[in-house]
Amino acid sequence: MSEPVNIENMSAKEMLGYFQNKLDEEAREHKKNGKLVCWSSSVAPSEIFVTMDVALCYPETHAAGIGARHGALDMLEVTEQKGYSTDLCSYARINLAYMDLLKEKALSGNTPEKLAKCPGADIPLPDVVVATNNICNTLLKWYENLSYELNVPFILIDAPYNHTMPVAPHNKKYMAEQIRHAITVLEKLSGKSFDWDKFREVQKQTQRSVKYWLKIAEMGSYKPSPLNGFDLLNFMALIVCARSRDYAELTFKKFVEELQQKEKEGKYAFGDNEQQRLVWEGIAVWPHVGHTFKSLKSRGMLMTGSTYPNVWQLAYEIDNLESIGESYSNVYTNTCVQNRARVLGDVGELGKCDALILHQNRSCKLMCFLNQSCAEIVHDRLDIPYVLFDGDQTDPRNFSPAQYDLRVQSLQEMVTDQKKQQRSPKS
Amino acid sequence: MTRINEIISGLQKVTADPEKAVADYTKETGKGAVGICYLYAPDEIFHAAGYLPVGMWGATVPISKARTHLPPFACSVMQAVMELECAGVYDILKAVVFSVPCDTLKCMSQMWKGKCPSLTFCHPQNRKLEASNVFLAEEYRQLKERFEAIIGEKIPDAAIEKSIGIYNANRAVMREFTDVAAEYPDIFDPVKRHAVIKSRFFMEKSRHTALVSELIAEVKKQPKKPWPGKKIILSGIMAEPDGFLDVFRECGMAVAADDLAQEGRQYRVDVPDVPGKEPLYRLARWWQDFDGCSLATDLATVDKGKFRGNMLVDMAKKYRADGVVICMVKFCDPEEFDYPVLYPVLDKAGIPNLMVEVDLEIRSFEQVKTRVQTFRDILG
Repeated sequence: MSEPVNIENMSAKEMLGYFQNKLDEEAREHKKNGKLVCWSSSVAPSEIFVTMDVALCYPETHAAGIGARHGALDMLEVTEQKGYSTDLCSYARINLAYMDLLKEKALSGNTPEKLAKCPGADIPLPDVVVATNNICNTLLKWYENLSYELNVPFILIDAPYNHTMPVAPHNKKYMAEQIRHAITVLEKLSGKSFDWDKFREVQKQTQRSVKYWLKIAEMGSYKPSPLNGFDLLNFMALIVCARSRDYAELTFKKFVEELQQKEKEGKYAFGDNEQQRLVWEGIAVWPHVGHTFKSLKSRGMLMTGSTYPNVWQLAYEIDNLESIGESYSNVYTNTCVQNRARVLGDVGELGKCDALILHQNRSCKLMCFLNQSCAEIVHDRLDIPYVLFDGDQTDPRNFSPAQYDLRVQSLQEMVTDQKKQQRSPKS
Repeated sequence: MTRINEIISGLQKVTADPEKAVADYTKETGKGAVGICYLYAPDEIFHAAGYLPVGMWGATVPISKARTHLPPFACSVMQAVMELECAGVYDILKAVVFSVPCDTLKCMSQMWKGKCPSLTFCHPQNRKLEASNVFLAEEYRQLKERFEAIIGEKIPDAAIEKSIGIYNANRAVMREFTDVAAEYPDIFDPVKRHAVIKSRFFMEKSRHTALVSELIAEVKKQPKKPWPGKKIILSGIMAEPDGFLDVFRECGMAVAADDLAQEGRQYRVDVPDVPGKEPLYRLARWWQDFDGCSLATDLATVDKGKFRGNMLVDMAKKYRADGVVICMVKFCDPEEFDYPVLYPVLDKAGIPNLMVEVDLEIRSFEQVKTRVQTFRDILG
């Protein structure tokens, strides 16, 4: 393990990088020492795995990192050669490629060229995989294939789609039963008994991490805002990968303090050029994240609202498995259109947003097929204009900078016109 | 042969005009029909109430209004269903039922454009746990209650039990039919075989069972002829439209068996008899016992391999098929995820295989034909 460092002197951004690396390093150490490593979907109950001292790696975050560092195409080529359609989720395709290359390395002892060149973090192969399909059913198929290709167990915490809200009692019971079952599977795999006292502490830790995560998002409600919403996309890595550890809490707490200090000193995200405030709906376009941000920044359009924080709004009653199950079922993408639109509208209201921009993400049917319906509901509620643009979370071929710029420009014009009309209403 | 042709032609007419089937049934019974959107649902509940559950599998229609609601990369079948929703085709139904085993269906359940009420439920995916049966039985209970509120009457358990019996009888006869059809490829080309199977979505099941039983009996009287062409297994969601299936006929191929969601997967297993359990629980158990579909999560991969791949290898051996054709509905994620791990299993077992795209919008099948012709040539 690396030398301990004094995190007190680090900025939140430095802590983010430090803890991300530390998590990967811990996973590699686990593998080396014969302890369990698990690949997990982004919103699966990490609490039970952390309790059992299982190291967690997160394929979605890992794939996003590869995309942001412009390593996606090499990976996508590997899965396309295996017969995966280019229409499928690019996170899945990148991760299945990475898995394939790691497997080849494990079997042959040689590092494939594409793996050597891969700019993503070095994570070990899993001994078990876990998915909760509260963000999409694509995960079911993706993790089925991981499990099949690696011959490792697939722990599923199935989160049935909520056609009505709140989460129904029989749904909560089903979720709780699955968590109990997952615990027995982990006990069998690890040969250890589940420590319910430690579990309680891990739950409490998770609640603290979530609390500070939501506090960051709240900083976007200041006008002008000290928070640049795009930062949420980066800090999200820790709410995904370390919410059941203190790494997330410490980092988020530091970030909140920094933002509060900026607010106090009048140091805003866009200085004195915050002209319009946006809700961003959907995953970032990782290979073009710089372009998407700069295009907005050049127009003084600041993202102050995002639905991301709500995905990890995992508030539950300690020691209550049904309540934990409910919180993991409650993710807005796993709920009816009325609830999704309510969440989106609440985010717009909290962020005092003037407009809504929605990513028609080629990778994510669940997130984008209802964009139009949600946007119309939010438009009616908040009287703000919206645009949709085509893109993809990590396949760089599915995004056109010119189309994006044009849509952003149109959105700005719509907001400007609307504001003019509000200032001088027709007699 | 006259009676055989009469029955097949009658079933083809039913399949070609579901609207008439619904209208005739409504006139005759004074009740109506319930649309089952796409894949799997407890049809027995609606049958028990005297309503006709009808399949909603899209149609060959030009996509225009659906584009307002769905991006072009939504699956081909749902594009067609949305187009028909917008055109008011489903407005003659008493209700429609959506289950949501994929992301596209989740969204479709939230943007219903028809005039009749839509009812939704969710199939659990941790299917081998008892908790999953309990959850699904409760989903079915709530579904039943919502339908009872629409029709203004209660559906007794005894009626559901009776309907389960009628449906299981139909499942059994369909399994027998597909085996018989494989023995008589000169009578059942792929299009005719499909019409016999698909007609079960638009007919009261006991009537369908009676007709198919008669058809089987008549066919068995005929001498079996040697088949000079090739025999294949179709796998996927569906193999439509008829123009698509006709390509196989033109290429001298007969369907020996299928693993299609629209066909064999519907009646692969029966609703089990579970002593002491209510009928809704029995219906839930069907989902637990059912395997080999891309939309029913397969958790038993460790050491055993994926069920679907092994099942297809077994089927190919049992029916002495020359090859397997994967019919890939355009933009269907679950099937697209199965393919890269499925075809290597077939390759390893030495079973020739081909993947062709199914797109309900297309009317020209020359590209499919080129691929199927090449495949036939490879088969020798």
